[in-house]
Amino acid sequence: MKLRAYALLFALAAIWLLFQWLTVSDLYPYGLFLHPVNLANLLKQMSVTGIIAVGMLLVIVARQIDLSVGSVVGLAGGIAAMTQGWGLVPSLASAIVIGLVIGALHGSLAAWLSIPSFIVTLGGLLTWRGVILYLSKGETIPVRLPAFRSLGVSLLAPPAGMALGAIAIAVLAWITVRRNRARRMHGLTLWSPASVAARIIVPAILVVVFVYVMNAQGGIPIPVIVLLAVATAGAFYTQRTIFGRYLYAIGSNPEAARLSGINSSRSILGAFALLGALTGIASILHTARVGSASPDAGTLMELDAIAACVIGGTSLMGGRGTVWGALLGALIMASLDNGMSLVSVENATQYIIKGAVLVAAVGFDMVGRRGRN
Amino acid sequence: MQVPRLEMLGVRKRFGATIALDNVDFAVEPGSVHALVGENGAGKSTLMKILAGVYAQYDGEVLLGGEPTIAVVHQELSLVGELSIAENIFLGREPRRFGVIRFEELYSRAAGVLAELHLSMDAHTPVARLGIGQQHLVEIAKALSRDARILVLDEPTAALTESEAETLFAILERLRARGVGIIYISHKLDEVFRLSDRITVLRDGRCVSTDPAAALNKPRVIARMVGREIGDVFPIVERAPSDVVFEARGITVEDPNVRGKLLVDDVSFRVSRGEVLGIAGLVGAGRSDLLMALFGAHPGTKKGEILVEGRPASVRHPWDAIAHGIGFVTEDRKRYGLLLDQSLLHNMTIASLRGVLTDEDAETAAGERSVRDLRIKAASVVVPVETLSGGNQQKAVLAKWLLTGPKVLFLDEPTRGIDVGAKQEIYVQINRLAAGGLAIVLVSSELPEVLAMSDRVLVLHEGRVTGHFTRDTATAEAVMHCATGEAVAV
Repeated sequence: MKLRAYALLFALAAIWLLFQWLTVSDLYPYGLFLHPVNLANLLKQMSVTGIIAVGMLLVIVARQIDLSVGSVVGLAGGIAAMTQGWGLVPSLASAIVIGLVIGALHGSLAAWLSIPSFIVTLGGLLTWRGVILYLSKGETIPVRLPAFRSLGVSLLAPPAGMALGAIAIAVLAWITVRRNRARRMHGLTLWSPASVAARIIVPAILVVVFVYVMNAQGGIPIPVIVLLAVATAGAFYTQRTIFGRYLYAIGSNPEAARLSGINSSRSILGAFALLGALTGIASILHTARVGSASPDAGTLMELDAIAACVIGGTSLMGGRGTVWGALLGALIMASLDNGMSLVSVENATQYIIKGAVLVAAVGFDMVGRRGRN
Repeated sequence: MQVPRLEMLGVRKRFGATIALDNVDFAVEPGSVHALVGENGAGKSTLMKILAGVYAQYDGEVLLGGEPTIAVVHQELSLVGELSIAENIFLGREPRRFGVIRFEELYSRAAGVLAELHLSMDAHTPVARLGIGQQHLVEIAKALSRDARILVLDEPTAALTESEAETLFAILERLRARGVGIIYISHKLDEVFRLSDRITVLRDGRCVSTDPAAALNKPRVIARMVGREIGDVFPIVERAPSDVVFEARGITVEDPNVRGKLLVDDVSFRVSRGEVLGIAGLVGAGRSDLLMALFGAHPGTKKGEILVEGRPASVRHPWDAIAHGIGFVTEDRKRYGLLLDQSLLHNMTIASLRGVLTDEDAETAAGERSVRDLRIKAASVVVPVETLSGGNQQKAVLAKWLLTGPKVLFLDEPTRGIDVGAKQEIYVQINRLAAGGLAIVLVSSELPEVLAMSDRVLVLHEGRVTGHFTRDTATAEAVMHCATGEAVAV
């Protein structure tokens, strides 16, 4: 597991350096790709699929799948744009609620009627796209509320970004120290001071670099903050709550999970509902960034989200995968997208390369796994 | 002196830092049965996997005289339920012309194979309709249809009834007479002594001894397997059962697939604090169905009453059962008990998580305590449970249920497929738990186990109670008569 994470980080670094080298020009003698402005752009592009990937992870870990999220992005984004007249909060809330309701519907059909989720959400993919085409009469709806629009394009003021970073580091340090105290209370071996320091300092450096780079181009983009918040919540849900643990149990062995007293239907329904709500949030950011809700928004986004999970080490057989892995997968996919656009790779070639990368990533994983057995 | 048909010399295999096999010599003569015994983790499966070509990388030599075909019958079935017996036997090598299967030839050849084995089955029957024991016989027929010169059988009788096992033994006798070399892996030493010409004992990846069976006896083999003398496999203790903890009244379970067919028919029993109630019966007598129903996990319609500590308990789901203090160490740990790719720790705590948040440190502390109490051998609690040996996996399932703080614990085949040493440890734990006041219901296919461990024995036959014995009255013969439906003693 550890080895795999390093391999992914190495792949990401290789991709970044490659594009940095490919984007060297007279104007940018050291390359354009890692320029703060481009990095911020990349992260903004990634935030929509990243948020969906976090929800998708919950569903895949429980050995389910959701193919409908792209269409739900289109529908929820369209609803948000159509309800702008009610004001910002009702409009945003309606997008999230519609996503939640659709997710809960898919979840109940899969859990209680035992219709395979592949079929339920394949139906959803068609149905919800049809619904938004019908509601919008095929027309693109512009975002008129300035506050709505700013969700997709605004930056967090640099001092606020620094404060946020400082809070994150403080919370991290507090949790780590407290964990160690709890270990003593339970009579477990304590982490060494060096290990405690490493557990605080390594992530702290990442936070500092991140805030510094983003502030260098004007501040952290709002969608990126939303993504980080969602990912943190997702990681907490999967690693620190009982519902999260149950999802892994169900994905690992549904029968054993049932006999261990787990209410599988409820857990699966919950995962789909959360994915739906996250899809609603993603649709808001997508609509805000583009500046309008088009009825074909979000097309193929389900595949990006699934690819992100899979590249990040999630098993489609369930029981295995982490939020941070899925995020790393999304970052790799977004880097490929962004980099290839920068060096003007043709659209057709981009599809081919992304497809090949997806298959190759899983292929390497499988070969590595076989070697270990 | 015959030339050995198969010889393995100085075989050595390592997985990372672990040495699974160390300098093992092993040979099989044609027309003989060579038993391979040893505790789980001794290296039997690894040796057979090298033989079958699953592991291509190892040190040492494997010498095959002539052109022997090796057929391996694994414990796990590799049959396709929807296909017929004949299609399964010839799966992947169907007689064909231009890529089209010739069904007449397929069925006539399959009928020939079955006749040769004296199996009275119709080759057209879909395998899913056969009982589990008959499926194993089909698996063996499939292996033999390749005209194997070397046949490896791994725990072949684990799922067979006694009469099916007899059929198997008869088949093996005929094969031996035909000159087939048979490698027989089993924990059941009675079978081993009955069938084999030579016995090889493996321990910790080393070959302890190879001797003619006639020169050995059971205690000596057991001593070599565990590396120490075991006085008595079953530690006998005096118990003092007190007040009734669990009572089932008139439990009736209908087969979810066949309307009107009763899997369990009007079964009542009670079990007290500190008591072990054994439930005996042949495969298919409804023992597991009874436990599943009492645990709220049976898909069939259930009737009857459950009382926990005298109060009626409504158990419609496993979580109801857990809430009422019922624990259930299910049979077939890989299928029903374990989350194989998850950690030992998460396997042990999965049934006892309460509230909203998990507390990894409290869990680890509880898990490490269970590891000590049950003497689970594992590098740490975070290793995937699939890397543990069978006996330790079984203890992990036991730990899971003990952490729920049960008042009554159902044990369904708790020692199946684990070695003698691990079995004994499970028995010690059962005694310890009973002494601690737990009420235990023990279902087992191994009659000596039921008789030795139980204070009282309930016998089921075709879903009905046909016998009820105390420790003093329960003899193997009496229980067997009730289990086969020849006698009733309630």
